[in-house]
Amino acid sequence: MTTPDTQLWEVFIRSRSGLSHRHVGSVHAIDSTLALHAARDVYTRRGEGLSIWVVPSAAITASDPADKAMLFEPAESKIYRHPTFYDVPDEVGHM
Amino acid sequence: MITTRESPLVRFLLGRADDALILGHRLSEWTGHAPILEEELALANMGLDLIGQARGLYDAAADAEACGHTQDDFAYLRDVQHWRNVLLVELPRGDFAFTMARQFLYAAAQEQVHAAAQQSPHAPLAALAAKAAKENAYHLRHSAEWLIRLGDGTDESHNRAQTALDRLWPYTGELFEADQITPDRAQWLAEIAPVIARATLTLPKDGWMQTGGRAGRHSEHLGHLLAEMQHIARSHPGATW
Repeated sequence: MTTPDTQLWEVFIRSRSGLSHRHVGSVHAIDSTLALHAARDVYTRRGEGLSIWVVPSAAITASDPADKAMLFEPAESKIYRHPTFYDVPDEVGHM
Repeated sequence: MITTRESPLVRFLLGRADDALILGHRLSEWTGHAPILEEELALANMGLDLIGQARGLYDAAADAEACGHTQDDFAYLRDVQHWRNVLLVELPRGDFAFTMARQFLYAAAQEQVHAAAQQSPHAPLAALAAKAAKENAYHLRHSAEWLIRLGDGTDESHNRAQTALDRLWPYTGELFEADQITPDRAQWLAEIAPVIARATLTLPKDGWMQTGGRAGRHSEHLGHLLAEMQHIARSHPGATW
């Protein structure tokens, strides 16, 4: 069945124990109010959430998968950016 | 077949349980047929809420009746004339506008029933109502939001929504018939009128009202529904899975 006027929304849920909203999926809805309803009905049926955000999928600017090598591979060799790279003198104690 | 022993309290509890179970069944009929997946789940969720409410109310009715009947006995072993639901809930599901309009009209009345039931000295009923009130609040909001969008949508959705309201209206009188808890029709009208206005729909005029459901005088639709709902349980008595 065609649904010409429904747009796509990305759904973010904050769980009971979670501190931040996490992306859980997407829903179709004709506006933000019904998108919230749909998100509630589709993604919180088993007590998953305490808060819901919905964002029009079109509002998200995504990186191009073709740029993966350029964007992310240079970081792989920079092991000194991880705190575990450094030896901390015992005298410092817990940081 | 079971024979129920109906005090006024038992009759009230069975009536509300039957309302919830039959409407829940009607909502379940959308499974596989809803306009979009999201709405299919919404309808199934509402149906499950209602069937859950029915189960609690059947337990309360069984306790009050003290004849050893179970939820399943009430659901599967009564014929049409022993069902106590209002006619509104047994009408076929119709189109999406009809389903949403019915849910809206029903939920707005149920809001008052649940509010009053929470103050009831009958502890099981009060506890059931506290849970059901939250479920019903969402049903009311969801159906109201849809009614507004259908009414204020395209010409076709507007016409379907108006047709649904007009067809349902004669069945709303039964919701306010005197019972252990009787919702106030004026308060109900005050609740629904602003939504219907926002939906650019016309509040139907009061005319002759249907009645008889609580007394077991049902439309031909309930028999077909029960045939589908009950036939497995009756073909295989006592079966479990």
